[in-house]
Amino acid sequence: MSAEIKDIISASKELGWVLEPEAKRLCSLAGLTVPRFIWATGVDEAVRFAQEIGYPVVAKIVSPHVLHKSDAGGVVVGIGSDEKLGEAFHRFSEFRGFAGMLVEEMLAGIELIAGAKVDYQFGPVILMGMGGTGVEIYRDITMRMAPIGQEQVESMVSSLKAHQLLEGYRGSAPISMRQLTCAMVAFSDLVMDLEGLIESIDLNPLLCTSDRCVVADARIMLTTEKAPNVPEIPK
Amino acid sequence: MNLQPLFEPKTMAVIGVSLANSRHPANVIYHKNHLRYPVKVFPVNPRGGVLQGERVFTRISEVPEKVDLAVIAVRAEYVPDILSDCAQSGAGAAAVISGGFAETGQQGLQEQLVAIAREVNLPFVGPNCLGIYSPSHMDTFFLPSERMVRPDPGNVALVSQSGGILVDQMIKFAEEGVGLSRAVSIGNKALIRELDFLNYFAQDTETKVIAFYVEGFGKREGRDFVLAASQCPKPVIVLKAGKSAGGSRAVSSHTASLAGDYETFSTILSQYGVVEAKNEFEMVTFCESLSCYQQSIQGNVGIVTGSGGHGALAVDVCSAHGLSVPSLPGQAQREIRENLSSSAQAIASVANPVDLTGSAVDDDFAFAITYLSRRPEIDCIVVLLLPYLPGITSDLGARLSQVYYQEGKPLLAYVPHVEKYRMFIEGFEINRIPVSPSIEGAVLLAEAMRRSKPF
Repeated sequence: MSAEIKDIISASKELGWVLEPEAKRLCSLAGLTVPRFIWATGVDEAVRFAQEIGYPVVAKIVSPHVLHKSDAGGVVVGIGSDEKLGEAFHRFSEFRGFAGMLVEEMLAGIELIAGAKVDYQFGPVILMGMGGTGVEIYRDITMRMAPIGQEQVESMVSSLKAHQLLEGYRGSAPISMRQLTCAMVAFSDLVMDLEGLIESIDLNPLLCTSDRCVVADARIMLTTEKAPNVPEIPK
Repeated sequence: MNLQPLFEPKTMAVIGVSLANSRHPANVIYHKNHLRYPVKVFPVNPRGGVLQGERVFTRISEVPEKVDLAVIAVRAEYVPDILSDCAQSGAGAAAVISGGFAETGQQGLQEQLVAIAREVNLPFVGPNCLGIYSPSHMDTFFLPSERMVRPDPGNVALVSQSGGILVDQMIKFAEEGVGLSRAVSIGNKALIRELDFLNYFAQDTETKVIAFYVEGFGKREGRDFVLAASQCPKPVIVLKAGKSAGGSRAVSSHTASLAGDYETFSTILSQYGVVEAKNEFEMVTFCESLSCYQQSIQGNVGIVTGSGGHGALAVDVCSAHGLSVPSLPGQAQREIRENLSSSAQAIASVANPVDLTGSAVDDDFAFAITYLSRRPEIDCIVVLLLPYLPGITSDLGARLSQVYYQEGKPLLAYVPHVEKYRMFIEGFEINRIPVSPSIEGAVLLAEAMRRSKPF
């Protein structure tokens, strides 16, 4: 595990979770692909970056008080102009604990979720399924005990109800199994390294197309001394 | 640690027998072993005396022979001293029947036992358990002999966190004709735990199937368990209780919410080819099936029936469990029909299910099962036998069993279980072909082999 990953984790320990820009940085250090992004603390900086990568862009609140950004109205997608970006910034700056705004390129793709949790009985476990905001409605997910390799990724995909959507359904291009495998294996290796430090991770959505798999959002929940995750099983 | 003395002791001390109360658990254990098993038993009570003509020893160290197994059934607070005595006098193993440890909050008392045992490498089962039932060797269950239901000796080892569930499973084994090699109630599993028994039974020549009733594993213990089970050449079955527990914790990620404790448990068992029994019925059915067939299949079922309705219900159960019932190509269907008796030939349905109809005779069943056994698209055969059909004889169970021994494709049977049809059932059972009293059960016999395939 790189020193920078350790630093990010220890700096986030007090908060109990990792702010999105830091989580993205951590993912990228672990070999996962993330969108081009900037953690902007001023409008000028945000606009300059958006112009550089080209509109449309996504803007998200960065605040230690906002864990569930969409629910709090802290995400704006499809921003097409400097003006709209500035508006988003000003609105976010009213949020409690405002610590800047994340601006990133807007990407398309099939929304998957890659998740991890450290299970009391089994240790690190990897979850994969159909992602997006409806993940808990569709509940089309599967799990494996980590670490996982190519074989497990393939069997995970084929055990999803929606696997046909990933394999090219009615004329759409299939997602890249090679990229998905690389992403899932890199993620599983990261999770094994972080076992004692994390409680759970959501990479959701993990946006997959025929040539890439990109972590569009990452939520990393850390273990905290304050609230032990599971009581000891009696006996 | 050597667990052998737990199962095949030559000498045994029962510590805590009462001179006043013949129903005391220790007395029940002493008497049943003294009277019924080929093991030398020594009663122990600090007050000494004579119990029904036998000398009662005041301590285990007084027993004139080396004790292979010490059974301890005294009040919890006396157990650490007694276990120390056992350790010092070189006992091979101990079963701590007494309750009053971690299950009542006395964690410290339980830890004392573990420390004593670790120091001298003394394996002990319990505390708070029934201990061990080792057919034709000995039995530490404090249940009166006349109340116990003993399954036939066989090849399934049962390990249970709950003593009550264990005794109930033994009753069900006896009902269904499933043979038992060993039964262990592990109680608080302070020292010897599921993984230790898994490793022991993996080597035990009496055992071919290892079944567990589990309430929960310790921290990361499930990981070691599934990894060991996946290396074990014998099928491993787990029935998990507490499926809905743990759901009340606050979770702040989708993964933590979706990957609940039980969902995780269940998925990981499948990942490693550990057969999960979802309930008691599946438990006994899977034990029955895997005690006959220690193999895994894809789950492509051939169905042979004497009634269309039975075939249709079996197909429904297959599809509910994700088993497939592949249809046969035209050529195969023609070959089956050509070989049927004249009474069944015109009216039989020869796709899959093969419905031989109420006009079928023994030869029709034997032919259809032999034929399906040779088809590559089929990996097991469920036969639905209606013993009241006029054309079949009571030899049919035994005859069809021979098809399995010739062709080697697992055969699973349904026969209604009433006394009148006993000979059909025994024809299968004596030849080690599993039989279920329900159509669903017969399909579950096949499902057991599919679940033992890792994904």
